[in-house]
Amino acid sequence: MSREEILKKYDQTSDNLLAILHDIQDSKDEHYLTKEDLKKVSDYLGLTYSFVHGVVTFYSMFSLKPRGKNIIRVCQSPPCHLMGSTTISKELIKILGIKFGETTEDGLFTLEITSCLGVCGVAPAIMINDQVFGNLNTDRLYEVIEEKRRVK
Amino acid sequence: MSIYRAHILFPIDEGTIQSGVFEIKRELEEKIEEQNLNKEIKVLETGTIGVIGKGVIIVIYPDNVTYYNVNKTNLDNIIQEHIIKGRIAKRVEHSTEKYISGKKGYQNVGLTREQQRIVLDKCWKIDPESIDEVLAAGGYRGVEKIFSESISPESVIEEIKNSGLRGRGGAGFPTGLKWSFTRAAKGEEKFMICNADEGEPGTFKDRLIMEGDPHKLVEAMIIAGYAVGAIKGYIYIRGEYELSIKRIQKAIDQALEYNLLGKNILETDFSFDLEIKKGAGAYVCGEETALIDSIEGKRGYPRIKPPYPANKGLW
Repeated sequence: MSREEILKKYDQTSDNLLAILHDIQDSKDEHYLTKEDLKKVSDYLGLTYSFVHGVVTFYSMFSLKPRGKNIIRVCQSPPCHLMGSTTISKELIKILGIKFGETTEDGLFTLEITSCLGVCGVAPAIMINDQVFGNLNTDRLYEVIEEKRRVK
Repeated sequence: MSIYRAHILFPIDEGTIQSGVFEIKRELEEKIEEQNLNKEIKVLETGTIGVIGKGVIIVIYPDNVTYYNVNKTNLDNIIQEHIIKGRIAKRVEHSTEKYISGKKGYQNVGLTREQQRIVLDKCWKIDPESIDEVLAAGGYRGVEKIFSESISPESVIEEIKNSGLRGRGGAGFPTGLKWSFTRAAKGEEKFMICNADEGEPGTFKDRLIMEGDPHKLVEAMIIAGYAVGAIKGYIYIRGEYELSIKRIQKAIDQALEYNLLGKNILETDFSFDLEIKKGAGAYVCGEETALIDSIEGKRGYPRIKPPYPANKGLW
């Protein structure tokens, strides 16, 4: 769906801002918002550009930089921490060769942190796009990443 | 509508998903197809049963037998023994109403022994995406009672006050009192907000309700909206909770179809709408005033209180 079609779906009231930004971001393979997008959205809703920019930078699910096809979110809550999310983080940094907030060169993975995913029963957990992977250890992590690499 | 001989339920929660519940379900459906039983057996997905760490779990009704750690190898055994021959597959770890593989059933152990499920009573007995099952299992009776007996909003608030129901936000504020404040507050348009932006580590419970029995939340919103005199309700859900958003949206759509929501609910004068607001990853938006800002499409900054949100909130 193009940006104009998404905009048309919503009324021109400012409370639709988050929903519109979500939709535009999800419609792109690179999961990010361009300056052009922000401008169009602010014009449509009658808001200032700086206001929309402020909103986008406030929420961690929005990005102004191009991101990978798979966004890996590592849970940073205490239950996951106790169950070894530090090891998982280190291992991810090693496998992917990137730090948190960065994207791999092939454009496949972006590494991010997140607050509690609400799946403490299977800690430590990560979320790849909208899918949760839990009960992770180093071996299982390799499997998951390999599988995502293979799907392309 | 055909009547099924047995129902096989797959509780879906993080534990069973990690153990590959969907794969097992597909396998079971294939096998049922092979045996030509698909007119007799119905396979369903439900909300969580409340047991984590036991792998894939299936519950078979009407016998009310629960099998734990189901995998591809023992699935055959369950089908042969339980579904075809009609007796319990004893080699697989299981529990009936009374016992679990010779021991007591999980319903009779530890914390669960004295548990009486009120909010989650239907959670793993129904298909959360079907309003008909919810209605059959006793959902929306509160709404029905209020509108069929024309109970006034004041009596609803009085009833809630007498019940002693309190908020779960830590302060334990009496719900009835809160509603009466909002009812008494000045202003023509009132809004009802449900805070489902849970992010506190280790304390997720909103998600279990939204995924296991979304209609319960919708019903509660209708009653609360009626009691305080609101015209519209918002449910603010975390952006990370894709399944919750999907299920609540489905529940709202179905309720609209049955005239339990929308204009002139059940042919009365009361109209009420519900809308989902999706969060975008900000922990602070769990705080009530920050959440209100977020619904309005702003940065989620907490406001100074008073005025309290019960008196002056959205817009």
